[in-house]
Amino acid sequence: MKTEDLFEETYSAITVNKVRSGLTMLGIVIGIASVIAMVSIGQGTQASISASINSLGANLLIVMPGAQRSFGSTVSSGLGSSHTLTPDDANAIGSSVQNVAAVSPSVTAREQVVYKGNNTNVTVTGAVSAYPQVRNVQIDEGSFISDTDNADANRVAVIGPTVLQTLWNPQGTATATPDQAIGQIIRIGGQNFTVIGVTVSKGGSGFANQDNVIYVPLLSAQRYFIGDTSYVTEIDIEAASQQSMTQVQNDVTNLLLERHNIADPTSADFNILNQADIVQTASSVTNTFTLLLASIAAISLLVGGIGIMNMMLTTVTERTREIGLRKAIGAKKADITLQFLGESVMLTFAGGLVGVVLGWVASIAISYFSGITTTVSIPYVLLAFGVSAAIGIIFGYYPAKRAASLNPIEALRYE
Amino acid sequence: MAKDIIQCSNITKIYNTGGIETVVLKGITFSVKEGEFVAIMGPSGSGKSTLMHIIGALDTPTGGSYFLDGKDLSKLSDDELADIRREKIGFVFQAFNLLPRTTVLRNVELPLIYEGVDKEKRARVAKKALTNAAFPERFWFHHSNQLSGGMMQRVAIARSLVNDPSIILADEPTGNLDSHTGEIVLNTFQSLNLQHGKTIVLITHELYVAEHADRIIHILDGKILKEEANHHKRIAKHEPEPLTSAF
Repeated sequence: MKTEDLFEETYSAITVNKVRSGLTMLGIVIGIASVIAMVSIGQGTQASISASINSLGANLLIVMPGAQRSFGSTVSSGLGSSHTLTPDDANAIGSSVQNVAAVSPSVTAREQVVYKGNNTNVTVTGAVSAYPQVRNVQIDEGSFISDTDNADANRVAVIGPTVLQTLWNPQGTATATPDQAIGQIIRIGGQNFTVIGVTVSKGGSGFANQDNVIYVPLLSAQRYFIGDTSYVTEIDIEAASQQSMTQVQNDVTNLLLERHNIADPTSADFNILNQADIVQTASSVTNTFTLLLASIAAISLLVGGIGIMNMMLTTVTERTREIGLRKAIGAKKADITLQFLGESVMLTFAGGLVGVVLGWVASIAISYFSGITTTVSIPYVLLAFGVSAAIGIIFGYYPAKRAASLNPIEALRYE
Repeated sequence: MAKDIIQCSNITKIYNTGGIETVVLKGITFSVKEGEFVAIMGPSGSGKSTLMHIIGALDTPTGGSYFLDGKDLSKLSDDELADIRREKIGFVFQAFNLLPRTTVLRNVELPLIYEGVDKEKRARVAKKALTNAAFPERFWFHHSNQLSGGMMQRVAIARSLVNDPSIILADEPTGNLDSHTGEIVLNTFQSLNLQHGKTIVLITHELYVAEHADRIIHILDGKILKEEANHHKRIAKHEPEPLTSAF
């Protein structure tokens, strides 16, 4: 039997009962479409999480002080609560560790901010001029804190876009522009500061809102808000390249252990967060999430496959006499097997094709209507497609074998 | 002298179902010459259907040997039997067994499809077979289930001709037809036999139908009762069927 004839026989067998074939195919269509839509949600989420982690900065290492411990006590007061990191630590890292692109020590404090009677509570970061480079902050208008501002502990502030809107447009009526704010004086924690710049929005919301911030010179923050210039709460380091991150992390660890006179690395009074680790952790979470969604969808695909098998078994029973005749006029077992296998594969293949299109459309619709980012990944589309064809073979094999093994004499007599 | 196309010697068939042996054929020996028109006759339960299955390579005998066109078929596998059926045997069944919702032409082409013959040749051979089976050209592209019984049986006859078989095996071909259309079908067989030299084995339980053959083999209880030349051969009337009755 030639391939084109096989195709023709298969096609005409499927189109004989269009409604039944269509309904059976629907199972596969829904299965494939949901696999593609679910995976695209998972992948989209992963991509957007990675993007927001990367918006923190490139090749970033964050050094935070360890938990404060007192002798003889096992009580830990929480990560970052001790005052063990000093501005000199930051200088030492900048000068003696190789492959460091920039070092940015900073302190943070929460302060009440007032402008013309409008109030807001903001995280105030005391930063140095290297901060925008390390933490991927971009200036929309004006300028960032300069080295001179820092050395002189000037009362200047760079505000985030959320702060701008809260203070200059509290009713949310007209969008405030950066030039309305620049040059104005705001009160931060009871001190007057002149606004010198506004940052570009980075997105994020809630506690992690990277736009609801105010940057002031490090020394100013230490003097006016913390009242102690001896320590910093965070040192951000940008490694020269992704490859050098591990080396920089190790060198910084050794340097700080040495500077803090700690012999045992396990009792270090600081922690270093590696951006790559954060990305990895986040993607392992989203991978699990994607897997969960995909397996739910895969179950529906399995159900669709069973539907195919059910229909094929019914077809074999219905067409027993026809199978008997085909065998009587010289069809071999392989011919009959191929014919019925062809039918189920054609059903699942067509179903897979429709499912891919539908899933694609669905994922576009999901991101359009719900705002969840979706990414349709081509390997998954191909995989889903392959799986649908495989389902045709797996679930079509048993009915096809059954058809092929029918005894022609009994099949011809079948009523 | 024409050669023997069918040679059966001492064929036995025993079915074994659930430990109970049923002896259906108890040693059948006969032969059919090339170009002969033979009827195998017997009442139901005589074993003629089982014999037909063995002659038609649908089944193998338990004992004895069966040569078709010089080839021993008694020990072949299922797939080898399928090859024999495709190449050497043309079947005509009582119930026509055409594919529904399929055109007449494609029904006739079916054996050639399994043989892997290309499209043009298939159509050419099928059209010739339809003409030989006296099937009117204007119904070639009708679906088989739109035809009358007599027309359907002639499609089945045409189908049995396409692979140019050694024998045409007709199992009660007039059983589902009224006497008038039965006559036309018998006429088709007779003209295929006389004009085209086809070897035909016709299985029936009706003496009237059997009497259209050259020779009649009577079977009873799995044995040949008698084998005789048919001296008063009936000639089926060549009377064209009114075509309007096709629907």
